[in-house]
Amino acid sequence: MKYVLIGNSAAAVGCIEGIRQQDKNGEIVVVADEPYHTYSRPAISYLLCGRTTEERMKYRPSDFYKKMDCTVMLGKKATKIEPQKKWLFLEDGTIIEYDKLLVATGSRPFIPEIGGLAEVRKRHTFMSLDDAKALDAALKADSRVLIMGAGLIGLKCAEGIAHKAGRIDVVDLAPGILPSILEAEAARAVQEHIESQGIHFHLSDGVQEFRDNTALLSSGKEIGFDILVVAVGVRPNVELVQKAGVEVRKGIVTNERCETSLPDIYAAGDCTESYDITTGESRPLALLPNAYMQGECAGINMAGGIKAYNKAIPMNAIGFFGLHMITAGSYNGERFIRKSGRDYKMLVSENGVLKGFVMIGNVARAGIYTALIRDKTPLETIDYGLISEKPQLMAFSRKERDKKLGGAAG
Amino acid sequence: MGINYLYPDYEVVRNSGRCIACRVCERQCANEVHAFDEEMNVMRSDDAKCVNCHRCVSLCPTRALKIVKTDHTFKENANWTGETIKELYRQAGTGGVLLSSMGNPQPYPVYWDRLLINASQVTNPSIDPLREPMETRTYLGKKPERILRDQNGEIAYNLPPQLTLNVPIMFSAMSYGSISYNAHESLARAARELGTFYNTGEGGLHEDFYEYSANTIVQVASGRFGVHKDYLNAGAAIEIKMGQGAKPGIGGHLPGQKIVDDVSRTRMIPEGSDAISPAPHHDIYSIEDLRQLVYSLKEATDYKKPIIVKIAAVHNVAAIASGVARSGADIIAIDGFRGGTGAAPTRIRDNVGIPIELALASVDARLRDEGIRNHVSIVVGGSIRSSADVVKAIALGADAVYIATGALLALGCHLCRSCQAGKCNWGIATQEPELVKRLNPDVGSERLQNLVHAWEHEIKEMMGGMGINSIEALKGNRLMLRGIGLNEKELSILGVKYAGE
Amino acid sequence: MKMKRIYVNEKWCLGCHLCEYNCAFAGSEETDMVKALKDVHINPRIRIEEEGNIHFAVSCRHCEEPLCVRGCIMGALSVEDGVIMIDQDKCVGCCTCILMCPYGAIMPSDTGVMQKCELCLRTAGGTPACVEGCPNRAIVFEER
Repeated sequence: MKYVLIGNSAAAVGCIEGIRQQDKNGEIVVVADEPYHTYSRPAISYLLCGRTTEERMKYRPSDFYKKMDCTVMLGKKATKIEPQKKWLFLEDGTIIEYDKLLVATGSRPFIPEIGGLAEVRKRHTFMSLDDAKALDAALKADSRVLIMGAGLIGLKCAEGIAHKAGRIDVVDLAPGILPSILEAEAARAVQEHIESQGIHFHLSDGVQEFRDNTALLSSGKEIGFDILVVAVGVRPNVELVQKAGVEVRKGIVTNERCETSLPDIYAAGDCTESYDITTGESRPLALLPNAYMQGECAGINMAGGIKAYNKAIPMNAIGFFGLHMITAGSYNGERFIRKSGRDYKMLVSENGVLKGFVMIGNVARAGIYTALIRDKTPLETIDYGLISEKPQLMAFSRKERDKKLGGAAG
Repeated sequence: MGINYLYPDYEVVRNSGRCIACRVCERQCANEVHAFDEEMNVMRSDDAKCVNCHRCVSLCPTRALKIVKTDHTFKENANWTGETIKELYRQAGTGGVLLSSMGNPQPYPVYWDRLLINASQVTNPSIDPLREPMETRTYLGKKPERILRDQNGEIAYNLPPQLTLNVPIMFSAMSYGSISYNAHESLARAARELGTFYNTGEGGLHEDFYEYSANTIVQVASGRFGVHKDYLNAGAAIEIKMGQGAKPGIGGHLPGQKIVDDVSRTRMIPEGSDAISPAPHHDIYSIEDLRQLVYSLKEATDYKKPIIVKIAAVHNVAAIASGVARSGADIIAIDGFRGGTGAAPTRIRDNVGIPIELALASVDARLRDEGIRNHVSIVVGGSIRSSADVVKAIALGADAVYIATGALLALGCHLCRSCQAGKCNWGIATQEPELVKRLNPDVGSERLQNLVHAWEHEIKEMMGGMGINSIEALKGNRLMLRGIGLNEKELSILGVKYAGE
Repeated sequence: MKMKRIYVNEKWCLGCHLCEYNCAFAGSEETDMVKALKDVHINPRIRIEEEGNIHFAVSCRHCEEPLCVRGCIMGALSVEDGVIMIDQDKCVGCCTCILMCPYGAIMPSDTGVMQKCELCLRTAGGTPACVEGCPNRAIVFEER
């Protein structure tokens, strides 16, 4: 059996580990356009602020490919899939045959169409190691940095460079920061914390036009900058498979076993759509844990095992300048909100199950809430009052506790 | 509140250099001796509440605690000791009978410690128990007068019911109620593993423990609590309790607050009602009456179970035992005046009854003299503290011994003598669920087994030293004992020679 | 994977919290508990939950399909012979594992990166300290 993987990040690594759970001998070929050993993409902000190094941010140890017996073709771009012949074409003309193919092409930054943007010389994005390196090289102690986008990537970027830039401005169309995970009230609290670190926000505002090193905002404000970071969103890399005839909607469409619409082609990670169990909608969930688990699921299935990945929920653990927050699920339903000092918590339940939660500050044991969402635990079977106060196993029935603590979860 | 005449008996000494304020002591003390002072970040203690049970000392992870006897003194003298003065103050304050628990602590002679065991030299070789078989199995029950043979000359089976003990050590009566469920489970499981018996006491048999019935002695006492047909038949033997060493001549009183849930169901009395065992059995005023009860119980259990009659060691113990032996009982259990209790009036405990060593010697001698020693087995209890005590008891004529205080110590008891308060920090003499759970029967039964195994090894060692290879050959073998520091009268009652003789 | 794990039986857990102190001590690399824990606010890898008369200790279950390992963005969590280990050098303290763990058994260390029970493989060796020090055999280390 010959497995070919396009991509070298969390989904691909998950796939390799999934395959090797089932098949110790099959040939695995990893093709990736980036020239690096697998590394943690989200770590790039930690790299810039010095909390990790290129060596420590390797997503798997240096001997990973060797241990997993993989052939690695780094710095090679896949250009075409021939699904009938089961061929994969690379940019340099190489053709690789495959029995099973994983597409883990990830996503790329979305670049909006704004007048003058193309002419901005020091224009950066913030998704890859090369992005981080380029940004780092461009930064000077007095650099004025304008970040477009107050989402997860934009703000992690801001945190990463805060100590090495002269001034940071963040502009976003949305009225609050982190619009994909936080609502107004919580966002405001986090915003204040980030502002206290010297970051300037321009919200409900957008760049109308760039004129050299000045951004003209819709509000009429003008912001001068030396370096621009565009972090307004990501788009899944679907073109390769789309051309081959694989069904694509907002992302590559896969089933529970991570199979695409074409036989022997699997897909995982940021390039795919996931079925969000909290909303019942399918959409790309560009999250590392999600990517890994999809990849692992794909790998197991590619190697002949049976595995379903059907518990996807949007979830994020993130922190800015020492303020941690964990969020998961959707926020439509009945709310329980508790505030204490800097700590904020919101639980959202609907139809007798937990749908989502937000914890800011004190995030201890948040996974107990995540599990409630994932397992769709009927809230009537637990002491919801108790568990609302803080995540705890005490809220489960004695029998359930026995089950949880008596045997390790399989 | 008037004047407090009493100064705390013990002082909690905390080494603040070692205390890490983990608060384990605070959480573990049911008497609420320890408290954490948040403001000062230090632990504090109230000596007046301390009963010196060592729960805190044993659990303190940094050995920061010890309990010392206070050196505060009354102006005492040999006659008016501090203890006497204190008790008098207490009674003057309350007007009540003083209550105590566990056995007689007074400095009466301990005869075990004045008896020495023999060993072989030269002419009769000693036996190495690691190399040669050594029998510790014992059978308790009436033994036939003679062997009967049928017309074919085969031995006819005429053996009355017997208890088979792998070691001559049993756990004596402690009721469910006076001790906890987990203590009972520990005893029951240990008895089964060891091939010996534990005793329900007067509290009935909890339904969960019927599975241990092959190793259970069920007791029938003056209150008749928990006695019914299934109960009687559940036991391997039935014990009629006529008396208890710690409180001869008086009954028992388990306060209503201990009669909760299962205890009330097991005892067959309403929850919260005091369980009062009368001083006498109201249907027994003579040996003939006793005989009636013995045979009633035999009748109820189809003559399949040995009947034990337990009496306290009192002045006329030999004559009483002689009567009991003639009542139809299969086994006599004698409880010496150091025997423990969950609660007894202090004056009774400390002043009534006689030492088990003297009682045993005189009973054994009397039954032999009367030619009825084979009618009954003799089991003695009332402070058997070690394997040496066991060996000495058997050499004085006992068939087996009962241990209870020793067993409780194995379970963690620190002899704080506060059982009557029901707040046993070791989970033994309490019914409070939070305290009861402190005694995990997995641990408890294991420790009991360890104890008895250790004693068994030592018994074998001592027997081997004497050149004796079975309990049977040691039984009543008083030549294996010598007295030390005893007067002529004591030697004659014990039936032993003086060391050097 | 069949292996020894730490199990707590709440029937016997007294809520004495000794496991937490023994854990903190084992993690301290000191040889004297007083030196290690005096005037220290402990941060153990095992935590007692208590409510009324119910107490039990919670530590990493060493799941067969660990969500924390799958979710870790840095690859700092790994499974070694069934034991989930954390490489604190790699961990950046992002808390994704906290988000993932259904038992709430992973938490920040004093330095901000995560810590978790590693069955005392790095510290005490052999029997985990919480098990060793449990006064009522409520916490056991066995194969189930």
